[in-house]
Amino acid sequence: MTAEQRAKSLSVHLVLIAYSVLAVGPILLVVMNSFKVRSAIFGSPLALPDATTFSLVGYEKVFRSSHILTYYSNSLIVTLVSMALVLLFGAMAAWALTEYRFRGSTALALFLSIGIMVPIRLGSVAILNMMRSAGLNDTLTALVLVYVAQGLPMSIFILSEFIQQIPKDLRDAARCDGVPETRIFFEVVAPLLRPAIATVAVFTIVPIWNDLWFPLILTSSDSTHTVTLGVQQFLGQYITDWNSVLAALSMAILPVVLIYVILSRQLIAGLTSGAVK
Amino acid sequence: MANLRIEHLNKRYGATTVLNDVNLDIEDGEFVVLVGPSGCGKSTLLRMIAGLDGASGGDIQIAGKLVNTLAPAERGIAMVFQSYALYPHMNVRKNMTFGLKFTGVPPAERDRRVAEAARMLRLDELLERYPRDLSGGQRQRVAIGRAIVREPAVFLFDEPLSNLDAALRVSTRVEIANLHRMLKSTIVYVTHDQVEAMTLADRIVVMNKGCIEQVGRPLDLYYAPANLFVAGFIGSPAMNFFEAKVGSVEGGCARISGPGFRSFDLPATSLKVGDSLTVGVRPEHLGRGEDGPFAVEGVVELVERLGEASFAYVRRADDRLFVAEVRGRQTPTPGERATLIAAARDVHVFDAAGLRVTTQNDA
Ligand SMILES: Nc1ncnc2c1ncn2[C@@H]1O[C@H](COP(=O)(O)OP(=O)(O)OP(=O)(O)O)[C@@H](O)[C@H]1O
Ligand SMILES: [Mg+2]
Repeated sequence: MTAEQRAKSLSVHLVLIAYSVLAVGPILLVVMNSFKVRSAIFGSPLALPDATTFSLVGYEKVFRSSHILTYYSNSLIVTLVSMALVLLFGAMAAWALTEYRFRGSTALALFLSIGIMVPIRLGSVAILNMMRSAGLNDTLTALVLVYVAQGLPMSIFILSEFIQQIPKDLRDAARCDGVPETRIFFEVVAPLLRPAIATVAVFTIVPIWNDLWFPLILTSSDSTHTVTLGVQQFLGQYITDWNSVLAALSMAILPVVLIYVILSRQLIAGLTSGAVK
Repeated sequence: MANLRIEHLNKRYGATTVLNDVNLDIEDGEFVVLVGPSGCGKSTLLRMIAGLDGASGGDIQIAGKLVNTLAPAERGIAMVFQSYALYPHMNVRKNMTFGLKFTGVPPAERDRRVAEAARMLRLDELLERYPRDLSGGQRQRVAIGRAIVREPAVFLFDEPLSNLDAALRVSTRVEIANLHRMLKSTIVYVTHDQVEAMTLADRIVVMNKGCIEQVGRPLDLYYAPANLFVAGFIGSPAMNFFEAKVGSVEGGCARISGPGFRSFDLPATSLKVGDSLTVGVRPEHLGRGEDGPFAVEGVVELVERLGEASFAYVRRADDRLFVAEVRGRQTPTPGERATLIAAARDVHVFDAAGLRVTTQNDA
């Protein structure tokens, strides 16, 4: 490596490190401080918890005084069900739109791509009215429906790109073999879409798990609150219970990080496939 | 086991015609090879026989049954693709049995067929491997095995050997020939490679621009090409062509003359004075020691030595190049003047429309 190359790689790394610190820093701060006593949170927010400042009081309070487990399971149910439906319908729609030419297929593809550009929150009022008249107000079903609608356009877009990369001969071979069309999709195409599906899964899960808006307007009782909404109850107008807030937030971060770690290898394959031939 | 009949088959994509009134009769057990320049519609024809592409017009019958509207699996065909198209996430055994599940073959029968195909194609060791762990030749054998286990009436091959290296191509070619001998099934085989076509085919179909130019046994195409296109397409290096005119006609003989070659008499009754013709002679039929009516003279410009023969590129008096294949150790040297002669039966004559002129020499 020449000096010039070294300088270049160093500067690139500096930028990347700075970015990583910026991105990871606040999360570390939250997790770190969730293990400290209240005075230490304010006294030395940047210090690691030590023997004198370590405390689990936040976690204790969260478990004692709130329905955190209900919130947690609500979040999990909503996120996982939405993800499963987005992936299933997204992949099927992407396959149909790339594989079959039918009346209106171009118009349908166009309609779906509009969904990528228009944020779903613009329709909040209409959605609220719709859910109310459908009797779905304050149910997890309402959240799932909204999130599926929110996630579908992007997932169809990404999966279509990947489906186009699958050699056409493969499905022709399957057709010659007598494999029915649905089985071609589920047993030949879908397994080859694994990296793409991991990518879409992460892109779908993160905004759903973190969403505050729709739980706020669509759910009203403790039994349907999600984690992000549940955390809000510790943020008072006059006093904020920082121990509990930080503990609840730390717990809310955990599943997303876990899923990311599990899917990351597939994710990287998905993001870079096609880029490298 | 089945015959295959194609009648007035057409294929259009929008305004472009890809296949134009194709008619073809293939006997039960016949090995038919489709050849033609790139883009002439060979793959399209094969895919239409398979049922992967629909026809714009015309009929396809397999074993006497009209299959126009049948799905690929119901036609009794199996196709082998140039890219092999093995299912990447299934091992070799699964690749071969996957399709059988859906066509109602019981498990015991599936295992028997896989075992038999594996024995025939020497795949026994590879059954549990995945396609990514196989060499190109092995993958191609698996692809053929996947076709065999379906026990189809008609096998369709689309350039199955073109991704293999030269040595492997030869050995796989021999294997396919053996396979045809053992299975005695009808095969339609697309290739670019003339040697493959000549060695494997019972009959060759030469296609050009969506039309069939000639159908015939390999040697018939070689010795009696029906038109200029087939004459130029079959044989390597390609046939030399010389422009010519009919000078006079006398007693069933036409005097043919043209720039660059010596005039000669052709025993053909169909010619009239003044007709423009094209005379064709294959490089391998032009020799220095031959005895014959056709003689062409020129200066040797370049010599390609292949060992068993040499190709001499010779410039005629009218400044055109032609090629002669010279056998033996006495290779010509550049700059040398050479007279090359062809026997009467090796001289092909085509009329202004490019169709073969039959002569008494053909008999
Ligand atoms: N979907 C399509 N739309 C329009 N034209 C097409 C389509 N598919 C094929 N063609 C045209 O049909 C013609 C024949 O194609 P085909 O693949 O049959 O050629 P081929 O003889 O197999 O050539 P090669 O030897 O290169 O494989 C080509 O000119 C091609 O451009
Ligand atoms: Mg082709």
